[in-house]
Formats: sequence, structure tokens, C-alpha cells
Amino acid sequence: MTREELFDGVQDIFRDIFDEDDMVIEDKTSSDDVEEWDSLNHINLVSAIEKEFEIKFTLKELSTLNNVGSLIDSALEKLK
Amino acid sequence: MLAYNSAKTNINNMISSDLSIILSYLKYPLDVNKILRKKKLIKKYLLLNDNLIKKNIAILGGSTTSEIKNILDLFLLKNGIKPKFYESEYNKYYEDALFGNDELDKFNPDIIYIHTTNQNIIKYPELKDTSEDVDMLLSNEMQRYKSIWNSLSKFDCAIIQNNFDYTEDRSLGNLDCYDIHGKTYFINKLNDAFSLNARKMKNLYINDINYLSSYIGLRYWFDQSLWYQAKYAISMESIPELAFNINKIISSIFGKSKKCLVLDLDNTCWGGVIGDDGLDRIHIGTETAISESYTVFQKYVKELKGRGVTLAICSKNDFENAKEGFSHPESILKFDDFTSFKANWNPKNSNILDIAKSINIGVDSLVFIDDNPVERDIILSQVPSVSVPDVGSDVVEFIAHIDRNGYFEPISIADDDINRNQYYEDNKKRANKQATFKSYDEFLVSLDMTAKIKSFSSVYLDRITQLTNKTNQFNLTTRRYTTGEIDAITLSDEYIKVYGKLTDKYGDNGLIAVSIGRVENRTCHIDLWLMSCRVLKRDMEFAMLDELVCKCKDQDVSKIIGYYYKSTKNSMVSDLYEKFGFNLLERNDEDTVWELDITNYEIKNKFIGVEND
Repeated sequence: MTREELFDGVQDIFRDIFDEDDMVIEDKTSSDDVEEWDSLNHINLVSAIEKEFEIKFTLKELSTLNNVGSLIDSALEKLK
Repeated sequence: MLAYNSAKTNINNMISSDLSIILSYLKYPLDVNKILRKKKLIKKYLLLNDNLIKKNIAILGGSTTSEIKNILDLFLLKNGIKPKFYESEYNKYYEDALFGNDELDKFNPDIIYIHTTNQNIIKYPELKDTSEDVDMLLSNEMQRYKSIWNSLSKFDCAIIQNNFDYTEDRSLGNLDCYDIHGKTYFINKLNDAFSLNARKMKNLYINDINYLSSYIGLRYWFDQSLWYQAKYAISMESIPELAFNINKIISSIFGKSKKCLVLDLDNTCWGGVIGDDGLDRIHIGTETAISESYTVFQKYVKELKGRGVTLAICSKNDFENAKEGFSHPESILKFDDFTSFKANWNPKNSNILDIAKSINIGVDSLVFIDDNPVERDIILSQVPSVSVPDVGSDVVEFIAHIDRNGYFEPISIADDDINRNQYYEDNKKRANKQATFKSYDEFLVSLDMTAKIKSFSSVYLDRITQLTNKTNQFNLTTRRYTTGEIDAITLSDEYIKVYGKLTDKYGDNGLIAVSIGRVENRTCHIDLWLMSCRVLKRDMEFAMLDELVCKCKDQDVSKIIGYYYKSTKNSMVSDLYEKFGFNLLERNDEDTVWELDITNYEIKNKFIGVEND
């Protein structure tokens, strides 16, 4: 899977969780940019990504995932 | 903001098929991923229904409950309940319950849900603890919950309380469940005490997460990583199942449970088509895998009826044919079990309206089960308030669709008499089980065996033929027969032919014995003598012999000749005729021929009550 494909999949998840059909995310998008991205929704996003791509982040990795770019890089690493 | 508006337009443009797809996520089998990801969209659709009753639901959590609340919201909306939630601060269930707070007091809850799990157990026994210490720990733990329930009773509302899930780790291994220091043992004790309190205390209902977690599987039920990260005491993927379960209790409390189960007939109540196949050929009973699967379904339906669910039939069939199906000797359900019986050629959507009318209940109290997807679609589209689970066409799946959807979830068993009868019956069974038997004879007596031993009848020809072809061990001659041959024997006066069915207190063993004797010059030659190994050592063979002798005497036969033909598998019966008291006539290698004079025959069966022709 390419980074672009993964990015698109993650964007779909953001659109579903926040129910905004045309939401556009970037690597630097973080919880500061999305009002509803609180700690509970963060868990929901991570869980949905884990489920969709059949991966499981370690606790250590989870503590470093603070924007879209780091989420995608970390997931990509697992899919290699 | 723009995005939200466009989503709103989408909803206005939506067609009802979108709604039915979305509703299907929330039915068994749940589409867990869709529910978790699309919960906001689902909620918007559900809010389009303006016929909702408003209820206040307080969630007091011993761990994080945010997502539980969000998903419970969806299930309740689907059932016509619009909840307003109060959520306690993280792990403040005890403080909120005991000391109250203004917000909760003003909230005036209709339901209080207490979400505690094994993570909230304060102290498990230690290995050094004596049995008194363990009792003290149990009592302390229980005291905490009792004071919660007592304190909350001031709200005079329903309290839904989780019991406890097991811990995934068991440091004592299997011993954990019976050593008094085990966590599993401790949890079982607590759960028993919870049940006892729920039976006694009005308004206390148990949300059985002990069952739910084993249904899901403990491995999937709890997610350590999610616990450390966010203090959810349950995995994300289990949250929809948990919310589904809580919703069943709440819906039942608010009278949303269904009242009537409406069934199709052909390939739903029995296998096959009664109009084409006839009574003899439909699949019901215990004789084949297929017929057994329909019998199990009928038993489940009968259980529902026993606790107050009304039954109805909605079938495209000739009325007389349909009615005859329930006269099948193996049918658990009888014609009289149905309060409304619509078997005709009208469209099912009009029949189902008639059913609701004749029973005098709302159509939204009906659950419709049909193996035919076309008929299900007709009801779904024409009478959408009827519940139509997508049961597929395999009867094996039907029970789960009724059971897991919680359509008939009771909050209590209304009729005390049902309770009492059940209690007496259970006690009787228990007493029997506890007894130890001084002899094998005593054990046989305790089985309460009854048998039907009769001449072949057309209903059982398939099973009889099947038995002659697959029985190897308890089979004296190992003669195989075709259906045609069995058919011919059934009609011929030259043969004495009996089948045997055996029932004991544990249930029906079905048709398990067949004997065929050919009568020639006042002598009966036993061509076939077989029995299924399911009923070995039950003395069924003696009951069969008694009946055969009785029939021989009726035909003025004085002598029975038995044959044992050795095969690779039937050595267990090489001495059967000797046990029966026959005399050896001939021996060819290991094959033997035996003779019995029946003029002074004495009845051999002592333990089985026999019904004969």
C-alpha cells in the first residue's frame, strides 16, 4: 500500500467519525485544527484506523501520534 | 460548516432504502465497524423519526463510558426512545450514588445504568486468607453495591447494574474457579449475590456482562491497550454489543418488547413443502439432521410461548394442508398453540395486518420469520413497523436472529404460577440427579423410560431404511434394504415388522430399533434385528423382543428362529440370542442359528413403559 492510498483511507475515517463528507486533512492537521478532535475522539480515530488496516499500535507508539502525518507514518511502518 | 450543510441536504434527499440499510447495522448480526465509524450519520437518520418518547438516562461509570453512551443513544433511538444522558465523572459511580450531586438530583433519571466491571473489584482474596476472610471480602464488596442501590432508590427509577465479567488472566489456572482464593471463584460468588438481590429488589435489573463477555469471547471483550490509554474497561469492538444489550433491558422496561411471533410454515416450521410432499415427507423429528434442526427451532418457539409470547402463522398454503402439518406425530408445535392461523393465498402483508387485528395488538408488536427473502421484503416495505430479521434460509440461524435481537426480552416472568411450576420441576430433577444409585436397575428406573413399539407406518419409512443401511454394530444380520423393499414389507402380511422409539427424562432418542420377521409355517424367521448404539444398555432390546413375541402369538406363531451373521463390526451381539434364552441350532464357523419356543414366553422388559399398536 502506498502512502497516498493509506492517506485516502485515513481521510475517509476522519470524514466518517466527524461526519463531514468533504473534510480535507493534511499531514500537519492536529487536534488543534479540528474542534471535535478531543481525547475521546482521538481514541475513536485510532481504533478505526487499527480496524481498517488490521494493525495494532503499541502503547509507546500511541503516545507519539499527535497529528495526521505521524498517524500515517506509524501505520505505514506497520504495513511494510 | 459548509460540510455540515451538505450532509443535511443529503439527508433530506435520502430514500427509505438508505434508512433500512442503516437500521440493518443495528440488528443482529451487528455491523460493529459501521456503527462505530458512522455513528453521527446514523444518528441523523434516526432523528428523522419524530415519534419518539423522551427519557432521562443516568450513566454511573466505574470506567470510561463516553462511547457506550454514544452507541446506546443509537439503539434507543431505533427503538423509539429519545434519551437525554447524564454521565458521571470518570469512576465517580460510588460518590454520585451515595452522596448525590445537584446535577444528578435535578436530572431526575428514568433509568440509572451502573457500568462497573471486574476492574472495579476492590480487593480479591489473597492466598493466606482463611475462608472467613474470603467471606468478609465478599460481604464488603456486596455491601458497597447494596448501599449504592439503596441510596439510588430515592429516585424511584429502574436501576440497571452490570454483573461481573471474568478476568482474562487466572494465576491459579483451572483451580481459579473452585479454590476459594481464585478470582474466578470470587466473581462467581459476587454474581450469585447480585442475582439474589435482583430477585428480591424491585427495580433492580442485571445487565449480564458475564454472559455477554463469554458470548463475545474474553479475548475480544477486553483490550489492555485501550484500558491503559483511555480507561475503557471493554474493547472498542465490544461496545456496540454492550450497548445493544443495555438497550434491550431499557426497551423492555418501557414496554417496547414485541408480543407476537409470526411464522411462515414450509421450510420455516418444518423442512419441505407440505402441499407437495405430504405429511409423510416433511422434515420434522429427530430422525435426520435436517428434521432435528426444525425440531429444535420448534422447541425454542414453544419455550417462547410458554413464557407468554403469542404465536401466529402467516403462510401461503391451503388451510387444511397447513393445519395437517402440525398433526405430524413429531411436531412439537400443535395447531392449538397458534392464536391466529392465516394459511391462504392472499398476499402476506394483508394477512399480517389481519393477524394484528384479530389478536388486537399493534403491528409494531409483531416479529415475522420467513425463509423466503421475497416475502420478508414485502413485509418490510409494506408494513415497515413489523420487525423482520434477515434470517436467511437456513433454519439453523433462525433462533439466533430471534434471541440475539432481544425482541421478546422480558423484565420479569409475570405469572407466579409459571415460576412455581418450574421450581417444582427443577427441584424434582435435581433430587434425581443428586441421588446415587445402588444398582444399575435403580438407575434404569430413574430414567423414566417410555417406548413406542409399533408396526411400520409410512411416516417412518425413510428413517427405517436409513437405519438398516447405516447400523453396523448392534445388527444381527447386517441386511441392507431399499426404501422400496421396506415399503413392500410394510404392506405385506407375511412379515412382522416393528420399530421402536425411546424417550427418557432427558429427552427423545427418536426411532432407534427395527426388527423384521418373516412368517412361514407358524415359524418366524428374524431377517433383521438392529438397534442404534445411542440406546445401548437400556434394555430396549428386551422390550422389542416382548413386542415381537406378542405379535407372533397374534399370528399363531409358536417358534422364532434367529440368525447371527458375523461381520467385522457386530461381535457385540454374537451372544444376543443366548441372552434372550434361545437355544443354539446350528453353527457354521462364526455364524449361528438359534431357536426359541414361545408357548411359555415370559415378559423380559421391566424398566420401559411401552405403548404398542
